[in-house]
Amino acid sequence: MRGDLRALVLAATALLTGLLLLALGLELAGYDAVAALAALGNGAFGSWRAFTGATLLRAVPLILIGLGFAFALRGGALNIGAEGQFYAGAIAAAWVGVHATGWPVWTALPAVAGAGLVAGALWMVLPVVLRLRFGVLEVISTLLLNFVAEALVSLMVQGPMQEPTGIYPQSAPIAESARLPLLLGTRLHAGFLMALFAAGGLAWVFARTWWGFRLRALGEGPRAAEVSGRVPARRMLALALFGSAALAGLAGAFEVSGVSYALYQNLSPGYGFTAIGVALLARLRPSAIVLTGIVFGALEAGAGAMQRDAGIPAVAVYVVEAVIILVLLLGNAAARRGVPREVPAGTADGIL
Amino acid sequence: MMNAIAVAADVLVAAVGIATPLALAATGETLVERSGVVNLGIEGAMLFGALGGAIGATVGGSTAGLGIGLLAGVLVAALFAAVAIGAGADQIITGTAVTLASVGLTGTIYRQFYGPAGVGLSIPTLVPLPLPLLSELPLVGGAFFSQPITTYLAFGLIPLTWWLLFRTRQGLALRAAGEDTVGARAAGVPVRLMRVAAVLVGGAFAGLAGATLVLAQVGTFTERMTAGRGFIAIAIVVLGRWNPLGAGLAALLFGLATALQFAFQAAGWKVPYQLFLMFPYLLTLLALAGVVGRVKAPGSLGRTEG
Repeated sequence: MRGDLRALVLAATALLTGLLLLALGLELAGYDAVAALAALGNGAFGSWRAFTGATLLRAVPLILIGLGFAFALRGGALNIGAEGQFYAGAIAAAWVGVHATGWPVWTALPAVAGAGLVAGALWMVLPVVLRLRFGVLEVISTLLLNFVAEALVSLMVQGPMQEPTGIYPQSAPIAESARLPLLLGTRLHAGFLMALFAAGGLAWVFARTWWGFRLRALGEGPRAAEVSGRVPARRMLALALFGSAALAGLAGAFEVSGVSYALYQNLSPGYGFTAIGVALLARLRPSAIVLTGIVFGALEAGAGAMQRDAGIPAVAVYVVEAVIILVLLLGNAAARRGVPREVPAGTADGIL
Repeated sequence: MMNAIAVAADVLVAAVGIATPLALAATGETLVERSGVVNLGIEGAMLFGALGGAIGATVGGSTAGLGIGLLAGVLVAALFAAVAIGAGADQIITGTAVTLASVGLTGTIYRQFYGPAGVGLSIPTLVPLPLPLLSELPLVGGAFFSQPITTYLAFGLIPLTWWLLFRTRQGLALRAAGEDTVGARAAGVPVRLMRVAAVLVGGAFAGLAGATLVLAQVGTFTERMTAGRGFIAIAIVVLGRWNPLGAGLAALLFGLATALQFAFQAAGWKVPYQLFLMFPYLLTLLALAGVVGRVKAPGSLGRTEG
């Protein structure tokens, strides 16, 4: 319980430090910091429309990718290729969506979501093989595949999947039946509910299943887990990476079938990297990731309003996100100091 | 026939130009990774180097631009070193956060300096300095011997770094720190100090690379202008097998892939040029799998402590 309190205090400190440094920096640069933060808050929470249509809408991919990042890291793997898996999912979903004309909704929607899940996971096949067969760290392989995925999107929207007139670098719009329903007259699509559902499911797996327990053992002490003979380390690591990638792919599919309704380049403003902060701020806990996903969604949504209303570049919020991550890292490193280690630390243990 | 050679020479000129900042950043990162550290923050260091280069050049000319770009890179690397080595936090996450912060800060500072429109920024750029005789060589003359000063700088720094790494006592100690932290420490190598030094030098390289991008290639600064080149440099380190000379060649390959893309677009060919863009990454992945020669990463790469 004391650990929980400490984590909560650290998370709050990180968030406040980020916002304070932003305000300080803006004030020093000659901007009106109060007006800027007001614009940010207004853009994120100012109205029901802003909250649902901007903050929660942006929270959906962040929650899904954040859950995926946590899933892999629980097992001791760092998936920093979510951006690539997101695009793989988006390509597959758009392809299915464009060809779903005339399909009933109850086949089109599962097909689109399934395509995203599968494509995201497929994008992880090479990193898993490289890791298990050749011992190549997944960090480098997943990072490299981000660039391949971006090139593939570019290839698709200017080649095989380009819209019929052949003028714009985008795909044809997806069929009506392949579009996610919107919730209660807002711009928020039903993918939000699916993200909540995924968080609940993952929370259950982590907390209540033998599999989740062994995954955690693997992440926190890979040697001990392997030596115990009760953890099939290689298979679990592979599953954690595939699950992680599938969630990122699903995020890409939802972005196409709930927001853009077509495949574009630059569909993601860096969700794959922002989501790392989402997962860390939540200490990899699925239920907390819903909250931190909304916090980061609010930052991203507010950033646009800040640029519009206060003339401050939207990228300024990246400073807030980075400071949050750095403060968390420093806080956790300080807490770890002086604790003797008897077994080699796993990746998850080195971060949290 | 003459025409084909002229086109090839043009592509090669562009390839070397594109490769120069990549080679500089990758050479620095090779040094960093040989010491046992992965710094994903070089993307941010490069971005700050680009902004520093732009501001420095506007205020004091292109030499000032290169100097300030280099310093900016060192500062960004110092932030990484403080968190990842000083406090012992995870290197990958720290590097990602440092890059994220750099994107935000450079975007904001840039607008502060050059106004909300951000246009009309003209920077004195570096002109090609043709070397006598050598630049007259067919095909390769223009590409290798008629380039801005920064390319020649890379020609000098790459072998210098190789010599430092593989032919000096300090280089041996640095590689020991990266290969086997515990053993190196037992042998009296100041592992942390070595790593901090390597990260700072790597930051200088990345800053210089960013300034080169602005002053020798693009001629202006834009938000997020490095567009992942720092991450590409990390791929180049792998493809170059953690050797500065290899990194130079691998950078040239990436440069060639990009240059061919432009050539194809300019020629109006309906060839999916994106395949060329993917090619070097796929080759890097194959290299990792041992298909294209043996590649072995430093033994303690990415580990916070022994």
